[in-house]
Amino acid sequence: MLTSILSISLGAILINNFIFSQFLGCCPFLGCSSKVDTAVGMGLAVTFVMGLASAICWVVNEYVLMPLGLAFLQTLTFILVIAALVQFVEMFLKKSIPSLYSALGIYLPLITTNCAVLGVVLLNVQNKYNFIESTVYGITGGLGFLLAIVLFASVRERVEFAEYPKSFEGFPICLVTASLLALAFMGFSGMKIF
Amino acid sequence: MNIKKQFKDGLITNNPVLVQLLGMCSTMAITTMFFNGIGMGISVLIILTCCNVVISAMRKIIPNDIRIAVFVVIIAGFVTIVDLLLQAYVPALSESLGVFIPLIVVNCIIIGRAEAFAAKNSIGASALDGIFQGLGYTIVLTIMCIIREFLGSGSFGKGIINTINGIGTGNGLQIFPEEFGAKLLTMPFGGFLTLGCLIALMQYALRKSAEKKEKEGNK
Repeated sequence: MLTSILSISLGAILINNFIFSQFLGCCPFLGCSSKVDTAVGMGLAVTFVMGLASAICWVVNEYVLMPLGLAFLQTLTFILVIAALVQFVEMFLKKSIPSLYSALGIYLPLITTNCAVLGVVLLNVQNKYNFIESTVYGITGGLGFLLAIVLFASVRERVEFAEYPKSFEGFPICLVTASLLALAFMGFSGMKIF
Repeated sequence: MNIKKQFKDGLITNNPVLVQLLGMCSTMAITTMFFNGIGMGISVLIILTCCNVVISAMRKIIPNDIRIAVFVVIIAGFVTIVDLLLQAYVPALSESLGVFIPLIVVNCIIIGRAEAFAAKNSIGASALDGIFQGLGYTIVLTIMCIIREFLGSGSFGKGIINTINGIGTGNGLQIFPEEFGAKLLTMPFGGFLTLGCLIALMQYALRKSAEKKEKEGNK
């Protein structure tokens, strides 16, 4: 049990990093990474929502969809659960931790359309993880996202002062930077545990 | 209606991937094979057109406050239909695209076009917008696939050319031996790099044409 959790966490953070090897969650990764502060906020919010969504969707899938034979409604149900969850988290934070709420700002509602969240839930079903494994995969996947977006934001802050061809202004240079980071993360792919 | 302008918008001047920068995740993730690109492009084209038509038809009865939720439910419905159809009739494609078919639900292109175009325009115009934007997406995907497949593994059209047991089993045309290919390009690194270079190329072309127009205007 412990070994499987360890291998899931290491896999989700380093070897199969959500961004650099699975391309899940690229939109917020490219959109919210111009400053390290916002990147940290976004990463934390995504981690939180991914963990919660994995746990709740596992329960919904196992105790509602499967017994009723409604597995084909998974996509529809999961996206609704995630949207409701994000709304709920938003209201909760607004009431109880207003400082964190104002720090996250507009990033919270955007998490609904983050494909990493829906992706992790669908992958949980595909990999047939149990409740604990699903939750761990959700949280560590989010931590992998956090690591990637913070690394990327710190590189981007420096790239802004560099000289590059005019056509590469804006997005293209970011993508080239990301590709080099992906190359670095490929180094982990040789790692095999247990 | 100015069909010509919509056509040009979707394919070039307002291309969903290269100019609006929407739907990057799937663009980079699945473009390792020509077959994947075409399959994904056509699936998105069909879903986008259907969603645009339905949303445009319902645009007057959807309450403004919950419109995003309604859009998502409509989109998820169509995505489920396409997902099940692919599983039934083209299982090879469904397997190789994997989790990215259900993830079309959160593809920004579809919700973006629903919000920006279908919610404000007539049914006919929205349908055309869906087709042209879908085509723009398909073309970019195909170009990326051809580049990455050719440079990465030296082949063309793996899966659909030289098929043995139906779609998805072909070996494709081997243009140069596979071991000479830059394997790196078929990996995530290649996805980021190829898309970056394509967008840079697009920005270069758009800038050049704007400069040319300015010069003609000065004369």
